[in-house]
Amino acid sequence: MAMLGKLSGGPWRRLILLLAVSLVLGVLKAAEPAWDEIEKTARGQTVYWNTWGGDEKANAYIAWVGERVKERYGIALQHVKVGDIAETVSRILAEKYAGRNEKGTVDLLWINGENFHTMKSNGLLFGPFSERLPHYPLVDTVTIPSTTLDFTEPVEGMEVPWGKSHVVFIHDAAKLQNPPKSVSELMDYIKAHPGRFTYPEPPDTLGSTFLKQILIKLTDQQEALQKPVAETTFGPVTAPLWGWLDEVRPHLWRQGQTFPQSAPALRQLLADGEIDIAFSLNPNDASAEIEKGNLRNTVRTYVLAGGTIANTHFVAIPYNSSAKEGAQVVANFLLSPEAQSRKLDPAIWGDPTVLGLEKLSPADRARFIELKRGVATLSPGELGAPLPEPHPSWVERLEAAWRARYSR
Amino acid sequence: MNRETARRGSWSALALNRAPALTLFILLAPIAAGLLGTLLPAFGWLPVVGAADFSLEPWRALWAAPGLGQSLALSLWTGFAATALSLLLALALLATCHHTLWLRRIRQSLAPLLAVPHAALAFGLAFLIAPSGWLARWFSPWATGWERPPDLAGFGPQDPWGLSLILALLLKQTPYLLFMGLSGLSQLPLESWSSVARSLGYGPITTFFKVILPSLYPLLRLPVFAALAFSLTVVDVALIIGPSTPPTLAVQALRWFNGPELTWRLPAAAAAVLLTLLVLIALATWEGMVRLLGRLSRFWVIGGWRGGMGGIARRLALGGGGAVFACATLSMGGLLLWSFAQRWPFPLAWPERWTPDNWIGQSGNLLAMIGTTSIIGVAATALALGLSLACLEHEAHRRPTFAGRSLWLLYLPLLVPQVGFLFGIQVLLVWGGLDGGWPALVWTHVLFVLPYVFLSLADPWRAFDARYEQTALALGASRARAFWRVKLPLLRGPVAVAAALGFSVSVAQYLPTLFAGAGRHATITTEAVTLASGGNRRVIGAFAVVQAALPLLGFAAALWIAKRRT
Repeated sequence: MAMLGKLSGGPWRRLILLLAVSLVLGVLKAAEPAWDEIEKTARGQTVYWNTWGGDEKANAYIAWVGERVKERYGIALQHVKVGDIAETVSRILAEKYAGRNEKGTVDLLWINGENFHTMKSNGLLFGPFSERLPHYPLVDTVTIPSTTLDFTEPVEGMEVPWGKSHVVFIHDAAKLQNPPKSVSELMDYIKAHPGRFTYPEPPDTLGSTFLKQILIKLTDQQEALQKPVAETTFGPVTAPLWGWLDEVRPHLWRQGQTFPQSAPALRQLLADGEIDIAFSLNPNDASAEIEKGNLRNTVRTYVLAGGTIANTHFVAIPYNSSAKEGAQVVANFLLSPEAQSRKLDPAIWGDPTVLGLEKLSPADRARFIELKRGVATLSPGELGAPLPEPHPSWVERLEAAWRARYSR
Repeated sequence: MNRETARRGSWSALALNRAPALTLFILLAPIAAGLLGTLLPAFGWLPVVGAADFSLEPWRALWAAPGLGQSLALSLWTGFAATALSLLLALALLATCHHTLWLRRIRQSLAPLLAVPHAALAFGLAFLIAPSGWLARWFSPWATGWERPPDLAGFGPQDPWGLSLILALLLKQTPYLLFMGLSGLSQLPLESWSSVARSLGYGPITTFFKVILPSLYPLLRLPVFAALAFSLTVVDVALIIGPSTPPTLAVQALRWFNGPELTWRLPAAAAAVLLTLLVLIALATWEGMVRLLGRLSRFWVIGGWRGGMGGIARRLALGGGGAVFACATLSMGGLLLWSFAQRWPFPLAWPERWTPDNWIGQSGNLLAMIGTTSIIGVAATALALGLSLACLEHEAHRRPTFAGRSLWLLYLPLLVPQVGFLFGIQVLLVWGGLDGGWPALVWTHVLFVLPYVFLSLADPWRAFDARYEQTALALGASRARAFWRVKLPLLRGPVAVAAALGFSVSVAQYLPTLFAGAGRHATITTEAVTLASGGNRRVIGAFAVVQAALPLLGFAAALWIAKRRT
């Protein structure tokens, strides 16, 4: 009312402007197919969804999504598991190479960071579309800035936030009461316990994240990390990281000559007792594994003093997808409170939600609150403030430099 | 019916005439196109990443890539060591057992080892020899004092020297070379040669090396080449159990292909070309070494040394063979246990709790993939069988044509590294809108199935006593009737074994399925290799067991058909 009063009291010009703007918006809106149109077209489509297939919990969850979208939207979801999502990026590139600009073989892919950067800058993505999804307004873009800035790369509607990652360290509290809480303590621990620590081999996502985590803690040039990497800055900024890695390497698991290939492989080493400390991008990972009987129930998680890296993972649609409508409907379903709360359940997967709970209806909010926090999961307060990801260009440079140093 | 009328006669005769050319086209067209699709990017031409100028830049980038020299050396070392050791062991077993009852026992134990896919064996072996693996668990803590897994830097899966990779390859190549050696022996007049040599006082081992081997090796040459090329370029086994810092050249090339940095496709293509050259050089080197060895040993061969009975040598060879057999069996056994394990912490030698959940949870997935794998396998095997039989029949009844004489080219898919042409094939399939479809998938599998099927059928076919057929013809049967009613039933054993072998080759294909299937058709093998990156032994166990069970069923069926009386 107050606003109306203010408007009517103001000059006519403002009203006309407002009308014009809404008219333009209305026309724009009409030019885009309405959501129920999209849902109608989606019915009967087959959506090929490519994801990294190494995590059984995620695979089982995706199978459930497939059942749901089948019965609710008549979409046949085909889960395509790959060893590394970069393979899928490679495939879409090959399709562009061959001029197959429609009827591509991939309709949806699980992605973030440097792969998103690659696809976006090579024009391999469909969109912008994510902000038009009916469930998008539920996303907490304010307290989770990485939902709009993927490794500092603006998302701009080209991918849909799906889950949240936050680096946590994992240890068995029955065997190790006081785990190292800082990078220098970690080095001391590694030296005192040779062969009992390692990290996944970059370019595995968790392995690269570990490099960034150590780098952020050691460098005093935080601002440089937020900008694209420059030839002049890379050397000086990363020098402390290489010093640290060089110093611990001979004391790593298998003397740093061999590295585990993925996050689950690292976790398996902890379960086998080959290493003392593991880490994960999923703060609920340890709880979920305890639930599955794969880790002992004395396993706990913690973060480094001063916080750890956090990011968001997304789903995106290739520019040549043959089922763009179906893919959008699936992406929208993934953002539903039903799908997001099930994903958060440690008994299912334990992947944190990207939704803002205060934006949900009380009934939907209850779905999340009812979930018991896992025995090894930290509270939001304990988890602390997330550290932002460096610009994606750093990842490639770090991986290349790592390979040049330790893979020869 | 004389030859001329037969040639001009029926439609089927016409088809038979075209068989060698058609077969060669089916095999060579995709390989040639694929090689071209790899060569162009290797010299700077890949417009989609903005590279449209021919240059040597990809080669410069490849040369500057860290760890390239080590990758090359690693590929050569593991490839040569695995092939030489497997050949040595296979020959040692043949040399010490060719005159004994052991030969039959060896033959009988081969089928399961031939059937198990490389990848499944590699998973199992990785668990067997890991510091927290099954072997360590048996002896811990009572003998080793290890309450927790030891920290062994240079030993276990993915060791930097590639020893575990060599062992994994050895487990598969030895049975394969033995199998080919046995089939070679069956073509030689073993009995008469042996008795002559024996009457001259030569011991059995000396007889083998002086009398039999010079005639046997030419029959083994192509299989040995295939084994060497395979060991130098294998991807799935090297991914699972090979070193990773740096990996072998084949794995490294694939990594560059698949990496997020698109411009690396060009040096990756150059690496694939380099690998292809490497294989050619390796084959030439191997052949040169074999000839040199042959020349050097001429003095020894005619020198008159008789040798003893070779009892100790036999025990050694049988011990080596037994170790290979035990290693393979335990590898698969460990996986079977894991697939039923709930908790199995170190140092327990057996799972703490058992559960069928791993199987129940994966059953839907497994069934779907068994379906896909079987359809591709059966279709590719049927095609390969049809083409091979047509070519062999053509060879048996017609004057050899140019295409007929060029059938040795069938082995090309086994000698050219898969990474070398599969990326090009992928682009080709995408171009034709064929990728992700069943025809493309089956075609790509035929490339690798056909050589094995042809290889295993050729000898029995050529050794077939033509008088059976002539008798049928003389009794008035048509040529087709003679083939279907006389020749095929008599040769059903070799045909069934060839089909089982072809099916097992198809089941084991990783890269071809990945590239041609557009990821849309997951087979047991692609799924298992993907799961390997996750390290979940329960699920990997279930998949590897099924991966091994499918071809085993094929071999069991083949043995049943071969033994059945008509």
